[in-house]
Amino acid sequence: MELELRGITKRFPGVIANEDVNLTVRSGEILGLLGENGAGKSTLMNIMYGLYSATEGDILVDGEVRAFHGPSDAIAAGIGMVHQHFMLVPVMSVAENVVLGVEPLKKKRTPWMFLGLVAATLGLLLTMVFNLFGVEEGIEGGMVVLLAAFAGLAWILHKDALDIAESRSEVEEISAKYGLAVDPDALIEDLPVGLQQRVEIIKVLFREAEIIIFDEPTAVLTPQEVEEFFGIMRSLQADGKGVIFITHKLNEINEVCDRITVLRRGKVVGETTPAESTEQGLAEMMVGRPVDLQVHKADAKPGDVVLEVQHLTVDDDRGHPAVSDVSFSVRAGEIVGVAGIQGNGQTELVEAITGLRPGISGVTILNGEDISQGSPRHVHDAGVAHIPEDRQRMGLVLPFTVTENVVLNTYHLEPFSNGTVMDWSASKAAAERLIEQYDVRTPSAEAPASTLSGGNQQKVIVAREFSRTAPLVVASQPTRGIDVGSIEYIHERIVEQRDNGAAILIVSTELDEIMALSDRILVMYEGRIVAETTPDDTTTTDLGLYMAGATA
Amino acid sequence: MVDTTVQAAEAARGERRAHRLGWFYIGLGLFVALVFASTVTGEGDSSFGMVLARDRFADFEIGLGSLRLLPSLVVPAALTNFLIAAVMGFLGARLLTKKALKPSNLTLALVIGLFLFAFLTWAAAGQSFNLASMLRQSVLRSAPLTFGALAGVLSERVAVINIAIEGMLLGGAFTGVIVGSLYGAWPGVLAAIITGGLLAWVLAVLSIKYKVDQIISGVVINIFVLGLTSFLSVQILTQNADLNNSPRIGAWNVPFLSDIPFFGTILFKQNLFVYIMFGLVAVTTYALFFTRWGLRTRAVGEHPKAADTLGVDVYRIRYIGVILGGLVAGFGGAFFTIGQVGRFDENMTGGRGYIALAAMIFGRWHPVGAMSAALVFGFSDAIANKLGILNTPIPSEFLAMAPYIATLIVVAGVVGKSRPPAADGIPYEKQ
Amino acid sequence: MSDKDSKETTDRKPSTMDEITGVGTSWGRAMLVPVLALFTALVCGALIIAVSDLDLLSLWKSDPGLAASGTWSKISGAYAAMFRGAFGDLQGWSETLTLAAPLILAGLSVAVGFKAGLFNIGAEGQMVIGGLTAVIIGFSFDLPAIIHVPLSILGGFVGGFIWGAIPGLLRAKTGAHEVITTIMLNFVALNLLTYLLKSSAIQQPGRDDARSKLIQESARLPRLLSFMDDPRLRVHLGILIALVAAGVVYWMLFKTTLGFEIRAVGANPDASRYAGMNVLWLYVAAMGIAGGLAGLAGVNPTLGLQYRATPGFSAAIGFDAIALALLGRSHPLGVVFAGILFGALRSGGQEMQAATGISIDLVLVVGALIVIFIAAPALIRSIYRVKTDDVSVSITKGIA
Repeated sequence: MELELRGITKRFPGVIANEDVNLTVRSGEILGLLGENGAGKSTLMNIMYGLYSATEGDILVDGEVRAFHGPSDAIAAGIGMVHQHFMLVPVMSVAENVVLGVEPLKKKRTPWMFLGLVAATLGLLLTMVFNLFGVEEGIEGGMVVLLAAFAGLAWILHKDALDIAESRSEVEEISAKYGLAVDPDALIEDLPVGLQQRVEIIKVLFREAEIIIFDEPTAVLTPQEVEEFFGIMRSLQADGKGVIFITHKLNEINEVCDRITVLRRGKVVGETTPAESTEQGLAEMMVGRPVDLQVHKADAKPGDVVLEVQHLTVDDDRGHPAVSDVSFSVRAGEIVGVAGIQGNGQTELVEAITGLRPGISGVTILNGEDISQGSPRHVHDAGVAHIPEDRQRMGLVLPFTVTENVVLNTYHLEPFSNGTVMDWSASKAAAERLIEQYDVRTPSAEAPASTLSGGNQQKVIVAREFSRTAPLVVASQPTRGIDVGSIEYIHERIVEQRDNGAAILIVSTELDEIMALSDRILVMYEGRIVAETTPDDTTTTDLGLYMAGATA
Repeated sequence: MVDTTVQAAEAARGERRAHRLGWFYIGLGLFVALVFASTVTGEGDSSFGMVLARDRFADFEIGLGSLRLLPSLVVPAALTNFLIAAVMGFLGARLLTKKALKPSNLTLALVIGLFLFAFLTWAAAGQSFNLASMLRQSVLRSAPLTFGALAGVLSERVAVINIAIEGMLLGGAFTGVIVGSLYGAWPGVLAAIITGGLLAWVLAVLSIKYKVDQIISGVVINIFVLGLTSFLSVQILTQNADLNNSPRIGAWNVPFLSDIPFFGTILFKQNLFVYIMFGLVAVTTYALFFTRWGLRTRAVGEHPKAADTLGVDVYRIRYIGVILGGLVAGFGGAFFTIGQVGRFDENMTGGRGYIALAAMIFGRWHPVGAMSAALVFGFSDAIANKLGILNTPIPSEFLAMAPYIATLIVVAGVVGKSRPPAADGIPYEKQ
Repeated sequence: MSDKDSKETTDRKPSTMDEITGVGTSWGRAMLVPVLALFTALVCGALIIAVSDLDLLSLWKSDPGLAASGTWSKISGAYAAMFRGAFGDLQGWSETLTLAAPLILAGLSVAVGFKAGLFNIGAEGQMVIGGLTAVIIGFSFDLPAIIHVPLSILGGFVGGFIWGAIPGLLRAKTGAHEVITTIMLNFVALNLLTYLLKSSAIQQPGRDDARSKLIQESARLPRLLSFMDDPRLRVHLGILIALVAAGVVYWMLFKTTLGFEIRAVGANPDASRYAGMNVLWLYVAAMGIAGGLAGLAGVNPTLGLQYRATPGFSAAIGFDAIALALLGRSHPLGVVFAGILFGALRSGGQEMQAATGISIDLVLVVGALIVIFIAAPALIRSIYRVKTDDVSVSITKGIA
């Protein structure tokens, strides 16, 4: 099978997401689709999967133009997609999730309910005719109609009855064939992320897809799980499936793909193969200019201990320990990076330090003051700047103006208010100063934050947090999902803070970021710190092993 | 989407559920012991009539006198209450001490049933009181609540919040009586069903197509229907009394089954609407949990985007769910006029749509649960009407409040938190 | 934004609270939808009047001309009476403002809830409790008016505040959704009212039905036009209370740190917590303030008109309040205008019923239709083929 996109253009109001994109993938090959955040990769794939319709251009299957009005058309054409955010219903079982949309129905079964109701209807008819039970006047006719209606319902339901046993065995069959072991009766919400991804793959295979799209599948996996996943992809390839592998990670694309297509700002800017390309070359193609993969910084000059964490234990939302007995310290003038796969307790660690989540035991000490029991406000006022990991959920109030967001956690202080009444002119002045200083691209200080791009939103947060001289900076995923220019800019600012004497704690799942920024590296695995090292003493491979639980 | 503050609280609550429930049982037991058992008024024995005077086998003629087949149940009020309190205390203690024990809905139902019985014993102490008739009334009064709650379940399972149950009931009652007066009871029922469906269609269009906040659409439909039916009732029905006099669909004794002593009286000497209620609850349960349609419906309510990416038409499933719900609610509306009095009065549903909403929450978005809750609420409704006979110190207003307070307790998570469909209330944006 | 690849920007749309408040929309456009909505609703009302007259309906078959003119005169008569009753003379204005006062206050109550991201359907119950508290203070004490009136008003505010704070507290502590709890508390309040009105401490002596004692004269809200010596000019202090409340609410929301916190919590509770705000306390505070405002609304009919509490004194104002808050886009100034509009509908409706015999229930229908058209501007767009701001109103974020 061959799938071709020809001249695809997609316009959203005010924005062109894809422009004149041409792309082909055939059975038995792995096509890598490379592009940075916002390049239009997902939009393109959503068009291919029928979720969006293209403004212009055609989709061709085996040389024939096809119109996809929805995912069902794409599925029917043999296209499957594993979404970046898994499309699984958490409260349903694996089998139910797999068959949803193409459910096997019970075939041979006696419709007892239907027959019973038909008998009852007939019985009542007879009763009416012979007036056996002195039924109240006027009721019988309606009763007959009603019973008949219920019989009809029973018939419809009988025809629609789900065959869950069949679903279960089909799941087991596919599991066995591709080595994707998973319990068909387990509820999705009880499964770890890796297994959920397997369910997604089984879903696609169950629909007999010939072309499979993987949208950023490795983002949630450990390096070792990534290897395993590559194995799965290769076995799919060997089975004759065509695979589109979307990523923004250069090393992955070189390892597994047959061909590479690079997208930038919605356009195809290059097609190549791993053999013909280098990482540096791909990076330049992706970003559109020479990229400096390194962060330039002088050696750290660590000063006094600013943050001291001792034997900290924290529970997650479900009451299970997420951080267990963690101790470390951060000194003034150094950057400590916390590496780890998402979900190994980093979020809870940061929330505990910043007062957003109560610690179960242990203490956090800031410049000699115990802040373990402090409220977020207390911790903030004690001098902790915090760049939260999810800027839209936590860092910003999107409908608020830039000004309002700039004073979001200092509004209760002079000069922005006297504690009761706001001083908006002072706030606006501060916002305009920061916009200038941090190069935030916004129409005005009064524009809602929602109208800014991701990178500029993040700059607003960085500006807000760096504008006060906090002895400790906690930055969680400071560059997630933003463009390369903004990443470089924010990295520079973080190093600048360090050089000004702040203690900095960075949490990131991007190993490159950790390696580039950190002076010291801590690796978290299942709530514990399993390794401490420096960028000079380690490699990404070793870090990957630690992140997967190997001990130092 | 629930914010994390709430999520954190929710998770912690899940762990504590058994604990809370244990204390709740014990508290209830203490309440029964301290309030009911110790303040029994009157002679001390409560006599419960177990048959209706017109039951077929109520009496056997033997020689000179007649013998009651099922004698009245006479229980010593104080002792019964103490016993019930002890059982509750035991069940509570068991939950508190045994760690592995998961609190079951059955025990909860048992405890609630016991509590109600304790209440009756207390209220009827020193008097005789027809239990069969009271329970029969409870079942009857729960019928419109169940229809309303089913409408809510069908609608919220596809993640459309249905506050408009009240309006659908009222609308169904209104058109039911007019069409019923003109063309007979069954056409009236059909008109009521269609009215409910139309109102649900409006709710569906507003909340699915136009993505209006679902609470707002629901409230507005309620105000609209209340206003329109009241207006038309004043403008038209007052001058045309013949339009407000529908034939009724009343009781029907199920052959044979109705002759079962006690239970037959309660369950099978009922209004036709009650039988349909049982039928619909069974059908809805099967449809939701054992059919393809049900799987898709639940998926759409929990994770519409997942369903959409698998080619399930989210909007269509939502329309179907909401409109089916409307049909059921419209039918429930017909109960008020065609099923009971045969005439329409302004605002005659009097907030029962909201009690139905409460029953749905109480019943955890499950048809059987919703009906069980409706039965409890029907009971409190029935007992409120009998209070005059019983001469208890409880004012009827407090019984009328009972369903609402019970719901407050449930949503506050005291007796186990019920989890609505995850996408409930969130419009789906197709890209 | 073409940021379709980034993890965050695709899924979430900006919260719609700003759309309710009309942030970032020009005033001309902002007014277009409400005006068209009002117009359309009145047209629908006219249709309902037309079809609700069976005699006229049957006339269409035999004599369409006569039927048309009859229908026209009926509709025009009704709306003329309505306009006369609302704005025709001093008495109309007086009545409009009298009825607008509780509507404005209840509308502010719902609006404050919206700003905090909470849907207060409980204004009705808060009115009941507030009004009842005010009445109890009103008949229990014998004080000079200069103390008694403010004290009773304050009592109304506090009563409503407490009743409103309960769902806030439940939301904060247990996550129970305020839509459900406020609905339930409405019915609890209404039943409580009937019960208390029949209790010996409150019931008017010598009466069997549910009505409270009369309040002292010193607790009555003074009539503003009493110097004109016309008992029909009922407008009283309530409208001034409402206007002052609107001003205070505006100041509170947009000029104080509390208002900043309330608006932040409404738009993004997680970010508010991150920013060091006490989200749980703010839920309680916002719902309390909302309840207090509704309590003030309850003060109007009790201390200002009836001088006692009766079972129906809240008159479903709490539900109209939702309409008002939407119509006024949760902005205090907008709520004032919307309140006057609805007051006019109600006072005009009284005149319409008196003069033409058309039931005042029509006003309910028109009110509901206005809300539908406001909440679904796309409907208005498709009817009139005009371009309006594309706002969809969504406050509820999941239930229970």
